[in-house]
Amino acid sequence: MTDNELIWRISGGSGDGIASTSQNFAKALMRSGLHVFTHRHYPSRIRGGHTYTEIRAAADPVTSRGDGYNFLLALGDSFARNPQEEAVYGNEEIKPLSENLDELREGGVIVYDEGLLDPSDIPDFDERVEANDWHVYPLDLRGLAREQGREVMRNTAGVGATCALIGMDLGHVEDLMSDAMPEKILEPNLEILETAYESVLEEYDADAHDVTVPTGEHEEQQVLLSGSDAISYGAIDEGCRFIAGYPMTPWTEVFTIMTNNLPELGGISEQVEDEIAAAAMAVGASHAGVKAMSGSSGGGFALMSEPLGLAEMTETPVVLVEAMRAGPSTGMPTKPEQSDLEHVLYTSQGDSQRVVLAPGTIEEAYEQSRLAFEIAYEYQIPAILLYDQKLGGEMLNVPKSHFDREPNADLGKTLSEAQLAEQPHTPDGKFHRFQHEADDGVSPRSVPGQKGGRYLATGNEHGPSGHINEDPDNRTAQIDRRLEKLAAIRERLDGAGTQTYMGPEEAEYGILTFGSQQGTVREAVEVLNADGHSVKALGVSDMLPFPNAEVEAFIESVDAVLVVEMTASGQFRGLVQKNLGRYGEKLSSLLKYNGNPFEPAEIVDGFESIVVEGSGLDSSTTTFVPAAGD
Amino acid sequence: MSAFSAIGEEREIDRDEYTPGVEPQPTWCPGCGDFGVLKALKQALPEVGRTPEETLLCTGIGCSGKLNSYLDSYGFHTIHGRSLPVARAAKLANPGLEVIAAGGDGDGYGIGGNHFTHTARENHDMTYIVFNNEIFGLTKGQTSPTSPKGHKSKTQPHGSAKEPVKPLSLSLNAGASYVARTAAVNPNQAKDILVEAMEHDGFAHVDFLTQCPTWNKDARQYVPYIDVNGSDDYEFDVTDRVEAAEMMRTTEQALYDGEVLTGRFYVDEERPSYQQEKQAIGEMPEEPLAERYWDDDYEWERSYDRFLDKHA
Repeated sequence: MTDNELIWRISGGSGDGIASTSQNFAKALMRSGLHVFTHRHYPSRIRGGHTYTEIRAAADPVTSRGDGYNFLLALGDSFARNPQEEAVYGNEEIKPLSENLDELREGGVIVYDEGLLDPSDIPDFDERVEANDWHVYPLDLRGLAREQGREVMRNTAGVGATCALIGMDLGHVEDLMSDAMPEKILEPNLEILETAYESVLEEYDADAHDVTVPTGEHEEQQVLLSGSDAISYGAIDEGCRFIAGYPMTPWTEVFTIMTNNLPELGGISEQVEDEIAAAAMAVGASHAGVKAMSGSSGGGFALMSEPLGLAEMTETPVVLVEAMRAGPSTGMPTKPEQSDLEHVLYTSQGDSQRVVLAPGTIEEAYEQSRLAFEIAYEYQIPAILLYDQKLGGEMLNVPKSHFDREPNADLGKTLSEAQLAEQPHTPDGKFHRFQHEADDGVSPRSVPGQKGGRYLATGNEHGPSGHINEDPDNRTAQIDRRLEKLAAIRERLDGAGTQTYMGPEEAEYGILTFGSQQGTVREAVEVLNADGHSVKALGVSDMLPFPNAEVEAFIESVDAVLVVEMTASGQFRGLVQKNLGRYGEKLSSLLKYNGNPFEPAEIVDGFESIVVEGSGLDSSTTTFVPAAGD
Repeated sequence: MSAFSAIGEEREIDRDEYTPGVEPQPTWCPGCGDFGVLKALKQALPEVGRTPEETLLCTGIGCSGKLNSYLDSYGFHTIHGRSLPVARAAKLANPGLEVIAAGGDGDGYGIGGNHFTHTARENHDMTYIVFNNEIFGLTKGQTSPTSPKGHKSKTQPHGSAKEPVKPLSLSLNAGASYVARTAAVNPNQAKDILVEAMEHDGFAHVDFLTQCPTWNKDARQYVPYIDVNGSDDYEFDVTDRVEAAEMMRTTEQALYDGEVLTGRFYVDEERPSYQQEKQAIGEMPEEPLAERYWDDDYEWERSYDRFLDKHA
C-alpha cells in the first residue's frame, strides 16, 4: 500500500488499440522503477463496446486493482453503433467517457478526445466535474493523429498527453515504441507522441491537479507478464512440448502463447475439431511418452469430461488448464467468475481421481503450472490448473529472477527397456503396468515402442497387465491404489507451501479465499489492519486433494471467518465444509458474480459490516450469505 | 540409440506373437464377423513387418473395441468414438509407431463422426478400421448409423426414418487418401487391403463389413461378394476422385439392395501425410518427439532464456 499511486484508465472501443497501448505504457511505468498491476474490462465483441484497461502504478508492490482510479484517458469508441431510440445499447459513442465517471476519484484527471466525444451528451457533466473537483483536459487527439496521417495513432497522442499531465518524461515510452514498431510507423508515432506532449504543456498548467506519476526504484530487473504467460512458461519449463486445443475465451491466450512458442522448441501444437479431441489428443501424446497438455474454458472443458475420466482410469499423466468465465452456458465470455470450481472437481463419471490447483497470483501461476506437470507425471494422474479471466489477463511486474530455475522434463516413473526387463510380466510377456501394490500407489509405466513394455490401457476396470477385469478383489485393489496416490500427493503438496497466509499470525478474524481473488484480499487485509481491525487471510490453492489440516487450523485460530469468492452459490465455502465436515456456523460468505472482480474496498466494507458489526450488507455489487444458525 | 528398440526392428515375425496368452479366445458370438478382422490383422501385421511392440492399436467401445484384448500389441482401448484423436496424437508424438485405430460403425460414423471427418481431412498417417455391421451389437441390437432406412429395432419400433450414413463417400469427401471396403467373409482380400492400408502414407480408411449373426445378418447374407477391382462389370480409376465417388455411391446403395461390393475405391499416393505437411511448415520436429525425453544430452530450453526478455 502506498499513498501516491497512479491509476490510469484508458477507455475506448474494442479495436481501438487499448490493449497494446496500455501494455506498452505499463511497461514504461515498470521501467521507470514502479510496481504495476493491470486490470482489463472488455465486451465479447470484435469492434466497439465499452472497453478499458486500468494500470495501477506505485512505488510499493501492488497486488490488485484499486478502489476507483484517478486518471481517465477517454479515447472514444471509433466503432460505436449509431444511437437509436429504444435500443438497449444507447449512445455508445460517448461511453468511453460517460461509463467511466462513477469510479473516478475526487480530484481525478480527465483527458478526452474532443474530436470524438462531446460531454454535453452527458447529463450533469459540468456539475459532476465541479462537485468532484475533476480536472478536465479536452484534446483533439483525432485531429493530431490525422495530421500525421493515421487516425489509429490517437492512442499514442493520448499517452503523450498523459505523460505531460503526470510529469513523466517520454524516454521509456519512446524506447518501447522503438522496440515494438517497424520503422515506417515508428516515425509518425514518435512525432505525434512529442507533439501531444508539448502541446499539452503549452496549453495547460499540469500543476493544477494533484495526480502525478510516483517515483520508485527496482532492486533487480523486472518483467511484465500476464497469468496466461506465466502458465505457459511454467509448462514450457516442465518440458511440455505438445498442446492440443480449440479456441475459447479466455483460455485461448494460453493456447496462443504455447502455439507461438512451441515450434521453435521443436514442439507440436494442434488446433483440432473440438475439445473432446483436444483432451483426447493430449492423452494420446502423453501415452506415447511426451509431456502434453490441453485446456479450455467452462463450456469446452465440459466436453473434456470424457477424456479426463479416461486419463484417470488409464493413469495417463496430463495437464488440463481451465480458464473460468461467468456461466452457466455461454454466460459472459469476457467476464471473470470462479463458478466452475465444482464442475472441474467432479465432472466425469465415477469417483474423482485428479488434482486441481488454483493459483492465486501470477508468480503462483508459474509455480503451480510447473507443479501440475510434476504431480501429473510423478503420480500418473490428470492435474488441472484452475484460473479465470481475471488472473489470465491481468499483468504484473515480477522480478525476472523468479523464473531463473532449472527445467524439468522428467517423465516420472517411466521405465527404460533395461528396467522393464526386471519387471513382472504375464507368462506370454505382457508387462504388469497396473500392479496392485506400488509405492504411493504409482505403478511404473512403459511407453509404446519399448521392448518388453506392451500392455493394454483401457477405460474399463482392468487387471495388472491392463486386461479388462471385473473381479471384485481386483477392482477394490485397483481403485484403492489409485486413490492412495491422492494421499501421497497431499503430503507432496504440504511440502510445496501452496497456501498463502496474509496478515498478522495472531488475529481475531479470518478471511478465506481461493484462486485469483488472493491479491485483492491481500490488499483488503492490509487496509483493515491499518484501520485497527485484527484480521488475517488464507488464500487456498489446493482444491483437490484439499489441505484439510491447514484450513482447519486457520479456522480454529480465529473467532469468525468470511469466505470471499466469485460464485453465486458459495461453492468454495461448500468445499471447505464438505472436506472439514463442520464449521457451517463459523463461515459466512461474501460473494460477487456481476462480472467484475472484487475491489479491495468491497471486501473491506463486507468485512466491517458482516463480521465486525454483524449488520448484514448494504451493497449493490456484492452479496452476503450468513453462517448457518445466524 | 533409440529408447524404443522395438521400432524398426528387422526380424521374422510369427503370427502367434499377436495372440495374447491372457485372453487367447475372444468372447464374440459364434459366427461373428469380428473374428475376420482379427484374423486378417494377424496375417497382415507380419506381412508389413511390424512387431507387437512397435504397434499401437487404439480402439473405441463396442464389440469391436475388444479387438486389442485379443490382439497382443501395445493397446489403448479408449472411449466411445474417441479412438482417432488418441491414435493420431500418439502417431505425432512418435511417428515410428505403427498406429491403427478401430471401432464400430456407431463409434466411427455416429458418435465419433466429427473426429472421423477431421482425421481424414488432415490425412494422418494411420489406418482406421471400421467394423461395419449395420447395428449396435454390444448394447443388444439397436439401429445404427449404417442401418438401412426402415430398419426396425427396439429403439426404432416404427422403422428408421433416416437414410444410412454413406461411409465411403463421407470418407472421400472428408479427405481420406485411401478408402476401401472389405468383408469378413472375404479373408484374403481383407488381409491384402489391410496390408495396403498400413503401407499407405496417409489416412487409410477400411470399411470392414462384419456380419452380426445375433442381431442382424449372418455371413450368408454377405455372399456372394464382388471385388470391384477384379470385376469386368465395374470399370473405374481408383485414383480419379470423380470416378471413385460414382463407384462409391453405387456400392453404398448396392449393399442395401443385397449386393455386396468390395475392394479399393480411392487411392491417392501423391498427397503428403499430415506429418509431412506439418514438418514442411516447421511445426513438427524431424526427430520423434518421444525420443527427446530419453536423450540425456538434450538441453531443455528454458522460458527464462528464450522468452522473458521481451517482457522486460
